[in-house]
Amino acid sequence: MTLDPITLGVIQAGLQQVCDEMDLSFSRAAFSPVIAEANDRSDGIYSATDGALIAQGAGGLPVFVGTMQYSTRVLIEMIAEGKVAPPQPDDIYIVNDPYLGGTHLMDVRFARPYYRNGKIFCWLSNTGHWPDTGGSVPGGFSASATSVEQEGLRLPPVRLFKQGVLDTEIYSIICSNIRVSDQRIGDVKAQAAALKVGEMRLNELLDRYGDDTVGDAIEELKRRASEQMRSYVAEIPDGEYFSKAYVDSDGVVDQPLVIDLKITKAGEELAFDFSNSSPPCIGPMNSVLATTLSSVYLAMRHIFPEVPISAGAFEPLNVIRPAGTFLDAQYPRPVSGCAAEVSQRIAEAVFAALVEVLPDRVTAAPAGTSGNFALGGYDPQRDRNFVMYQLSGGGYGGNARHDGLTNGCSTIGISKAPPVEIMEQMFPVLYHRYALRDGSGGAGMHRGGFGLDYELELLRGDAKASFVMDHGRVGPQGAKGGADGAVNEVEVQRGGEVHVPSHLSKEQDIALVPGDRVRVRTPGGGGYGDPAKRDPALVEEDVRLGRYSKAEAARLFGKG
Amino acid sequence: MAKTGNGNIVGVDVGGTFTDLVLLSPQGRVRLSKVPSTLDNQAFGVLSALNAVDADLQNVDLIVHGTTTTTNAVLERKLSKTGLITTRGFRDVLELGRRTRPQAYGMFGEFTPIIPRDLRLEVPERMLADGTVHTPLDAKAVQAAAKSLLAAGCESVVIHFLHAYANPAHEQAAAGLLADIWPNDYITCGHALLSESREYERGVTAAVNASVQPLLQRYVDRLASELADKGYAHDVLVMNGNGGMVSAGMVAREAAKTVMSGPASGVMAAAYTGARAGMRNLLTYDMGGTSTDVALIKNAQPAVSNEIEIEYAMPIHVPMVDVRTVGAGGGSIAHVNAAGLLEVGPESAGATPGPICYDKGGEVPTISDANLMLGRMALRAGSAESLMARVEAGMQTLADPLGISIQQAAEAVIRVANTHMAGAIRMVSVSLGVDPRDYALFAFGGAGPLHACALARELGVPQVLVPARPGITNALGCVVADLRHDYVRTVNRPMSAVIASDVHAVFAEQIALGEALVDKEKITLTGIRHLYSVDMQFIGQTHLLRVDLDSATPTVEELQTRFEQVYFDRFQVELDDIQANLVNVNTSVIGTRPPLDLSLLIDPAERRETVAAARTGTRKVMFDTQWHETPIYWRDRLPIDAEINGPAIIEQMDTTTVIEPNDTAKGDLEGNIIITIGAAL
Repeated sequence: MTLDPITLGVIQAGLQQVCDEMDLSFSRAAFSPVIAEANDRSDGIYSATDGALIAQGAGGLPVFVGTMQYSTRVLIEMIAEGKVAPPQPDDIYIVNDPYLGGTHLMDVRFARPYYRNGKIFCWLSNTGHWPDTGGSVPGGFSASATSVEQEGLRLPPVRLFKQGVLDTEIYSIICSNIRVSDQRIGDVKAQAAALKVGEMRLNELLDRYGDDTVGDAIEELKRRASEQMRSYVAEIPDGEYFSKAYVDSDGVVDQPLVIDLKITKAGEELAFDFSNSSPPCIGPMNSVLATTLSSVYLAMRHIFPEVPISAGAFEPLNVIRPAGTFLDAQYPRPVSGCAAEVSQRIAEAVFAALVEVLPDRVTAAPAGTSGNFALGGYDPQRDRNFVMYQLSGGGYGGNARHDGLTNGCSTIGISKAPPVEIMEQMFPVLYHRYALRDGSGGAGMHRGGFGLDYELELLRGDAKASFVMDHGRVGPQGAKGGADGAVNEVEVQRGGEVHVPSHLSKEQDIALVPGDRVRVRTPGGGGYGDPAKRDPALVEEDVRLGRYSKAEAARLFGKG
Repeated sequence: MAKTGNGNIVGVDVGGTFTDLVLLSPQGRVRLSKVPSTLDNQAFGVLSALNAVDADLQNVDLIVHGTTTTTNAVLERKLSKTGLITTRGFRDVLELGRRTRPQAYGMFGEFTPIIPRDLRLEVPERMLADGTVHTPLDAKAVQAAAKSLLAAGCESVVIHFLHAYANPAHEQAAAGLLADIWPNDYITCGHALLSESREYERGVTAAVNASVQPLLQRYVDRLASELADKGYAHDVLVMNGNGGMVSAGMVAREAAKTVMSGPASGVMAAAYTGARAGMRNLLTYDMGGTSTDVALIKNAQPAVSNEIEIEYAMPIHVPMVDVRTVGAGGGSIAHVNAAGLLEVGPESAGATPGPICYDKGGEVPTISDANLMLGRMALRAGSAESLMARVEAGMQTLADPLGISIQQAAEAVIRVANTHMAGAIRMVSVSLGVDPRDYALFAFGGAGPLHACALARELGVPQVLVPARPGITNALGCVVADLRHDYVRTVNRPMSAVIASDVHAVFAEQIALGEALVDKEKITLTGIRHLYSVDMQFIGQTHLLRVDLDSATPTVEELQTRFEQVYFDRFQVELDDIQANLVNVNTSVIGTRPPLDLSLLIDPAERRETVAAARTGTRKVMFDTQWHETPIYWRDRLPIDAEINGPAIIEQMDTTTVIEPNDTAKGDLEGNIIITIGAAL
């Protein structure tokens, strides 16, 4: 049966609407600020046969763009192989195993079979970032774990809800292994309720248009998304495109990890070859395959945002499995840095390879680190332990159209930074500075955006500071003659001494006492085009506004 | 010589394209006008709108004005030169924002801070989160900063210190110092407009306020004096974004509150009209040329939000009617994308060149063109004969790649546009916690009534209310609005530590403040009423839930039970073991105005005895792939209690209403048309 394009468009909008409502419902009911405020979650609909992505919420965290179709596929396979109990209506599986189509342990996936007439029509699944899943450090972002067991509790797919009822035995095992477990029930209920909302809305869509019509439409939409991506890919000249991006270190061994990318464009397809990248690493900067694939997809979606998120859109993007590299980590390699940092380096490599041929689509490299600074300690005034996170952004890349944005969010995120006032209300710290980082934007005809420069002091009690950041060794890459953005810099001032982490952007458990200070300067974006070609009026304005000193401007742009 | 008690009332709304005016006389005469807006000096358009109805200003008792002066100034960054004095180390807060990007995907995009960096100066001072002083205010530094901002040519100034919501002493002291230096009153303190934490949002709100203050003051002064020259002897009142009004003499003090003035007045008119029609739960649907505004009215009260963002990274955190803008308008452009699917919007042909059928040079097909092709709308009288051929040619550019006829293409445009608008309306209602099926659609704006029935069917909404004058709803809002002052106080305390008498004291103080302000206004009121609410959350949550209260003296148990009920209604989740937080205590003080008879909006003398007598003809209109010979009626001639079965088209000066097959329309005594949505064809 052939479907008219109008019905197709209406069903496409309907499927999207189901996912968007799941996203909204999850965020609004969630407790964890990571989900409720930072939207570190995603919801979608997946194929009953192979888990292929049918539709995913537009407001989901970008890094999840390609992960849940793998976790759903693995779940379907494990059920078929008898390794996981078969589903019943109203069951919900929970899983966070990174090697089964995941990211890091904190990203907990729920999957719910969606039944029509006694048969599974599709799967509804969502991912939520839990504030803690146990392990050696609160929050799970270890800078020095050497195996996944140190990173937290690993759950294989098990049915947390059986026919609609929470399995309190499984739940109590989970709660006994994670920190601040008393508020998790609110998040668990929110995550499950979002899938229920999806089921109700999908029922309405199928009742209205008929199961067969919607089923046909899903197939046709997949084909068309593939065609759409192909038509964009076809604009790129045939040939090979090369780039490299560097992770500062794995947190344990102080040497850079290389992402070595060769993109081959032939006809309407792109092949991504990472096989010359560094081997698996000792520390937690490994990436699991699902995250590596998802990082390529999210980079391509940043480049072609018009293409809907669908398995079809990924079809012309052939990622060659980078076996034997740190981008295809196997158990028990630690992986807590994959979603926040390695993913962004992979995206940077994709941007760097394509910026020359797609100047209207791609910018010079953005800051591209989540800038994770964690402070855990004891607050005597409130007589309680605390864990504080300051995730920061940085400058975006200059581009063919304009200068890069200042203090943008990570490539893989979409969240807002917490206000300084809220941080000071909740934690025993005082910020001395929260400022634009002068001079950090990479020079270019269109310069990079500026990073952030913040400095805070521990007011009371004692605490340990940990950093999982990146771009400390090499700044975000400039393009077409533009200079790199400034590197990430961390300074810890302890009793008058200045300590710089030995791995520049990563170190764990630096002990602080009241009066000690932490200063972080985040990367600026890469510059785009020859700095000498920058409009002198713009150079002058940057100097007038104090973004570069006169001398710096003269050196970087040859004028001003 | 001014007379009093004549009771002529004028509402005038300056929109982006048109300035609309309604004049009501106590004898029941209604006069309307619609003239092009004059955006450089909006007063000019206001005066010509008054001329168009031959208003005798000596006999006008009240002029209420909705204005886009401040909105346009912010969106176009045509602002007064404004300086910022802030805490040392924090001058870049207004430029750094909350670390976001304009869209989820795509690394492009720019942002211009509302005050440039060289006019943002720092002084030594620091308050801690608990309101204690860490670093005392350096008075000399404040004076020096003020002088250098003046030397740089600033006209207004913002004093914005960290944690001033917890202790405003430093901001107040600095304002005191500035009073001796600054040559005018344009001094805005961050804590004064809304006393809540979040330095970026509070700072932007204050900065917007300061940088539009002089513009708004000059504008209202000029308008008032021009009106006075023509004999008007009373106060001009200005609509605020909260749906209440305030006198021109006071409005500039809190100028940021006038952002969203126009959309808010439309929603107020909807609430008023709906309440009189016995329909107290409404989703308002205002479709214009480039965009569509949607708002929620629950129990005749528009939903109000303190967290409106008027564009990317430009939050205005004062209570305003929660109007959400969604993508599509009559000028939204249709095209076939690379996947071979039809898309409508978000690009718009705008007012110029506009849709092809406007005959102003537009060449790409839009929603309006599709409406025309399908007979849902008629060509304007006097249009060139060749125009229809050009519309068809435009539609052909969609039909060819889709492999369908031009009529099918036009129908597809309408269907895709309706699907997207319905989805957007659904998201708005869901995000505000309601099911659209429990609401009626209030359709207004030039294009709202064209699409309302189809949207209602798509959403499962049972009824549509089309008011008498959909095209001048904003101006009507000006004449029905009440006086209104809103107060928000952050208390942020776990329920276990809440003492009822403290909450009662906050309410009492808010009531006293509001009533004192209402007393200062000089217009006739029928009474004063109050709205009480609290914002609550479970401890550990960040989103707030608004809990309405019946009185200003709730017990602690009442607060807890109400909150749990609202939470369950919203999320269908019970959380027994987790404690709740009381975050904000809110009061609105409302001075109510005398009621208006809306049935007079259509001149009773124009109405005919029978529906048949209002009929002007028939034309072919396409509904669900079939052409239907459809009767056309002239709205003003319909008997007030007309009953019409769809399909039918009702035309009037300011809009066209499409009644689809199986829908039934009925006039009510207020001059509205209520359409009951039938089954789909």
